[in-house]
Amino acid sequence: MLDDFLLRAVLAGVGLAIAAGPLGSFVVWRRMAYFGDATAHAAVLGVALALILSVPVTLGTLVIALTMAGAVSWLSTRGHAMDATLGVLSHAALALGLVAISFVPGVRVDLSAFLFGDILAVTLSDLWVIWGGAGLVAALLAWRWSRLLTATLSRELAAASGIDADREGLVLTLALAVVVAVALKVVGALLIAAMLIIPAAAARGLARSPEAMALGAVAIGAAASLGGLAASWWADTPAGPSIVTAAAAIFVLVALFGKVSRRA
Amino acid sequence: MSLIAAEGVRVSYGETKVLDGVDVAVEPGEIVTLVGPNGSGKSTLVKVLLGVVKPDAGRVTRTAGLRLGYVPQKLHIDASLPMTVARFLALPLRPAAERIAAVVETTGIAGLEGRQMVALSGGQFQRVLLARALLADPALLILDEPTQGLDQPGEAAFYALLARVREETGAGVFMVSHDLHVVMSASDRVVCLNHHICCAGTPQVVRDAPEYRALFGHGTHGALALYRHDHDHDHDAEHLHDSHIHGAHEREDHGHA
Repeated sequence: MLDDFLLRAVLAGVGLAIAAGPLGSFVVWRRMAYFGDATAHAAVLGVALALILSVPVTLGTLVIALTMAGAVSWLSTRGHAMDATLGVLSHAALALGLVAISFVPGVRVDLSAFLFGDILAVTLSDLWVIWGGAGLVAALLAWRWSRLLTATLSRELAAASGIDADREGLVLTLALAVVVAVALKVVGALLIAAMLIIPAAAARGLARSPEAMALGAVAIGAAASLGGLAASWWADTPAGPSIVTAAAAIFVLVALFGKVSRRA
Repeated sequence: MSLIAAEGVRVSYGETKVLDGVDVAVEPGEIVTLVGPNGSGKSTLVKVLLGVVKPDAGRVTRTAGLRLGYVPQKLHIDASLPMTVARFLALPLRPAAERIAAVVETTGIAGLEGRQMVALSGGQFQRVLLARALLADPALLILDEPTQGLDQPGEAAFYALLARVREETGAGVFMVSHDLHVVMSASDRVVCLNHHICCAGTPQVVRDAPEYRALFGHGTHGALALYRHDHDHDHDAEHLHDSHIHGAHEREDHGHA
């Protein structure tokens, strides 16, 4: 039954949403949007290196995303002007990745698959990787939820409760790298950050607690996957961008009609 | 043994020496207030005690397993983060419902549990911060200018509440304050900081110290004397509240005389 490509695509989208919902909420709360972008763009460089070194693409993206995420959070603790630094890192990583891919010998590489995802070509083993990675991230975030939330509110409040805000930041960095690695196949390097931010931002308008927002982001992410795939099926649009478009449509609907619940 | 003690703490940001050889300690059940001009290193010292800032030299020792409650000067909650009062109180611990109900009652925030944190008034917000700190069942409360942004009656009520909490729980209190009047009436010991400890001791001793006068001038002397009232009577919140308003009038009269 799992060799139906559409079903595999749906499962891939829902699997990603399970991790991207809660992680994306933290990205929004901590204003890490550009941070997510830089890490996602670095994935292209990871793909290039993986192809050159003949190692699995997921491994290559994971290592490079981890390196980038680590570098960025290290820079941020050293008080660099983050906006410009992240802009430089983000676009340099993307450009360098595209240049590096042109050096990959032999096989012609389908660039758009890495930039925009190839969810309709998800294999059974891809599904294992996606659900494994997403499950790992969701479990990690659930385990440290209260600590992460306290550290997000204030370093001092966290310290008074015996929580090391730097360690919790590292947890998020790690989770981000894993999500980037598994999301590459689903929506591609250019739109990973969108799948983190848009469902969470949409859920904000409907939620009264952090937990509700995270779960809402999962639901909206999953709904966007279904909606985007349906659109792709009926209108023959590219699947990855269609999923993000569906998420954006939900965001607009919530912004227009969900205002009521924002009142305290 | 002290609940927490800093010895010879030195902190520099680049070229600037923020704290230079600072010693400070809080004993169980004691209210210690830190005063000092703006930029004198008060908040940095709090961060050192909390363990957020590592001192370049010196050390901070705590009794083993010290439970800390911390009330920050202010807390910015990002608009993107939905947070009810009830959720905030249960962060990161999840205290029993009866315990929460009791603390909510003590701090006078009953009925606010379902409200969003960002929708609270300044006074309500500070009480919620205090309630959350108390839910940690702290042996030591650290408060950084906890009444900033409150009007005078609100401020008096906050300190009255704090005094009651100290009496009921026996917690030590380390508090940063810029309000010299209330400080003198609410503290057992005052520490005056200007990058180093200028002077320390009972409110009377500090008030008369030349180092303190050099920093804060003589102008407040009369007000301080008037404000050192009703330290040890019964701590009924309403009563204290009234008497502090009364105190404010006395100060004005004094000023005009």
